[in-house]
Amino acid sequence: MLIYAVKRLVYMLPVAVGVSIVCFLLVHIAPGDPLTAVLPSDASAELQAQMRAVYGFDRPLPVQYGLWAWRVLHGDFGASIATGRPVATELANAVVNSLILAAVATCIGFFFGTLFGVVAGYFRGSLIDRLCSTLSVLGVSVPHYWLGMVLVIVFSVELGWLPATGGGPGGSAGRSFDWAYLQYLLLPAITMSVIPMGIVARTLRALVGDILNQEFINALGAKGLEHRGIFRHVVKNAAPTAFAVMGLQLGYLLGGSILIETVFAWPGTGFLLNAAIFQRDLPLLQGTILVLALFFVGVNLVVDIVQTSVDPRMQRA
Amino acid sequence: MTAATVTLPAAAVARSPGYWSGVARRLMRDPVAMAALAVIVALVLMAILAPYLAPNDPSKGMMLRRLKPIGFAGFPLGTDELGRDMLSRLIYGARLSLLMGVTPVPIAFVIGAAIGITAGYVGGLPNTLIMRTVDIFYAFPSVLLAVALSGALGAGLTNALVSLTLVFVPPIARVAESVTTQVRNLDYVDAARASGAGAFTIVRVHVLGNVLGPVFVYATSLVSVSMILASGLSFLGLGVRPPEPEWGLMLNTLRTAIYTQPMVAALPGVMIFITSVAFNMFSDGLRGAMDVKS
Repeated sequence: MLIYAVKRLVYMLPVAVGVSIVCFLLVHIAPGDPLTAVLPSDASAELQAQMRAVYGFDRPLPVQYGLWAWRVLHGDFGASIATGRPVATELANAVVNSLILAAVATCIGFFFGTLFGVVAGYFRGSLIDRLCSTLSVLGVSVPHYWLGMVLVIVFSVELGWLPATGGGPGGSAGRSFDWAYLQYLLLPAITMSVIPMGIVARTLRALVGDILNQEFINALGAKGLEHRGIFRHVVKNAAPTAFAVMGLQLGYLLGGSILIETVFAWPGTGFLLNAAIFQRDLPLLQGTILVLALFFVGVNLVVDIVQTSVDPRMQRA
Repeated sequence: MTAATVTLPAAAVARSPGYWSGVARRLMRDPVAMAALAVIVALVLMAILAPYLAPNDPSKGMMLRRLKPIGFAGFPLGTDELGRDMLSRLIYGARLSLLMGVTPVPIAFVIGAAIGITAGYVGGLPNTLIMRTVDIFYAFPSVLLAVALSGALGAGLTNALVSLTLVFVPPIARVAESVTTQVRNLDYVDAARASGAGAFTIVRVHVLGNVLGPVFVYATSLVSVSMILASGLSFLGLGVRPPEPEWGLMLNTLRTAIYTQPMVAALPGVMIFITSVAFNMFSDGLRGAMDVKS
C-alpha cells in the first residue's frame, strides 16, 4: 500500500510541474507586453529596458520559468500589480474564504445527493426514482450563476430573509461562526451545492442499482439476512466511491467557484481571479490559478490513495 | 466528468450493418429524448429565423421605456436596462449563445479523437508522452481552465471559443485513448495485422467504427456543460461583448435590475437552463439507445 502511495506521488509530480508550466505560460500568451500594466505609456526606452531586467523579462523563457518556479517554491508569488501587496498575502485570506464555501457546499450536496441517489437506486423504475433522477438531471444542467440570482431574488429581494451579497457582517476581515455570518454563507453554499448533489445522486443511483444486482446480495437474502443487514452491505460497498466523488467535487468547486463568488461578491479566490482578469493583474492571475490547480491535483492524489487503501480492488496499474 | 471509465459496448464486435438504424429506432421510442430533440430543433430554428420571429429590433433601445415589466404593451417580455425589447433579444440571443455553446464540442471532438486514437493505436512511448501532456490540462477544473485561458487571451468571441475548445479536448482524448487501447488488443485487430493490413487500414476499418460511437456519446454529454460554461464566460464579461444579444451577457447586464424587475432579469437564465436540460436529456437518451455504459 505504501509503495502504491509513493508511486502515485511520483506519478503526480510531472503533472504538477506541467500545471505550473501552463500557469507560467499564461502570462506569455496574454496579448501585449506584460510591462504595459506597470509602466506609464510614455516611459522612455531606457526605463523600459531597466524594468524588463528587473522583472527578468530579458532572459530566455526556460530561465524565466526556473527563476519563477524557484521563488514560488519559497512561497513568493510576486507582488500584485494593482495593490502592490504580495500575491501570497492576498491569496491566503481568499483561499480560506473559498474553502469554507466549497466545504459547506460539498457537505450539503453530498447529504442530499446521497439521499436521492440511494433512494432512487433502491427503488429503480418507480415514481420516486424518476423524481430523483429528474432532480439530478436538473441539478447538473442548471446554470448555477443564474440559480444564484434566482435565490437572491426570492430570499433577499422578495422575502428579505437573507443578505444578497457579501462575505459576512464584518466584510472579509472577521470570521465568526455565528448566525450573522451563516446568513451570508447560506445562499452561495446552497447554490454551489446543486452541482455535487446532481453528480453524487447520479453516481450513487447507478452504483446502488449495480450492487443490488450482484449475486452476493441474493446470497445474503437467501441466507435469511433481513433488509437492514443487506442495506449495511450496500452502504459498505458504495461508500468508497461516494467519498471519492465527494472529494473530487470539493476540488472542482474550489476551482470553479468564480461564477458563484462573482454573483454573491464572496471574497474568495474566484472573486480575486475576477479582479485580476479585469485589472490585467498578471502575477495575481498566475498565482491564483496555480494555487487552485495544484490544490485540485493534490485532492486527486489524496482521494486516489485513500480510496485504494479502503478498497484495494481500486488499485490502478 | 468520469472520462476514463467509459467501456466498450458489449455488442461492438458483432455490430451488424443495421446498427445505426437500430439506434435511431430505439431513440424514436424514447419520449424524453424525442421531446429534448424537439426543443433543440426549435431553438436552432429560432436562431436561424430570428429576423422573422422577433417583433422588434433587438438593438434599438429607448431610455423612456427602460425595465418595463412582463406583459407591457408591445413588449410581451418587458424591456431591458436600455429599453430594448426582451423577447427580441432572447430570440436573437439564441444565435450567439448556441454558436458559443455548441461549436467548441464538435471541434474538440475532432481534435480530441484524433489525439486519443493516435496515442491509443501507436502505444508505447508516444502514448505516454501524449497522454501525460493531456493529463496536465485534465488536471485543471474545467471552469478554472476556461476562465484562465480566456482571461489571459482577453475577452472576445474567438478567444472564448478557443478556450472552450481547449477545455474539452483533454477529456475527449482520454476517452478515445482508453477505448482505442481496448480495441487494439482484440483478436480481430491482430488477425487483420497478420493478414497484412496496414496501420491506416486497420484504424479506418476496425478502430474508427468501434471508437467513434462511445466517444461521440461522451461528447454529446459535454454540450450542456459547454452551454453553461460559454454563457458563464459571457456572464463574467469574458465572452461576447455588449451590445450583442447573448443570454449570458444579458444576465450580466441585467444583474443590477433584480431589485426593480426581478422576473425580467432572470429570463435569459431560463433560456440557458432550457437549452442545457434539452442537450443533457438528449444525450442520456442517445447513450441508452447506443447501449454505451459509463
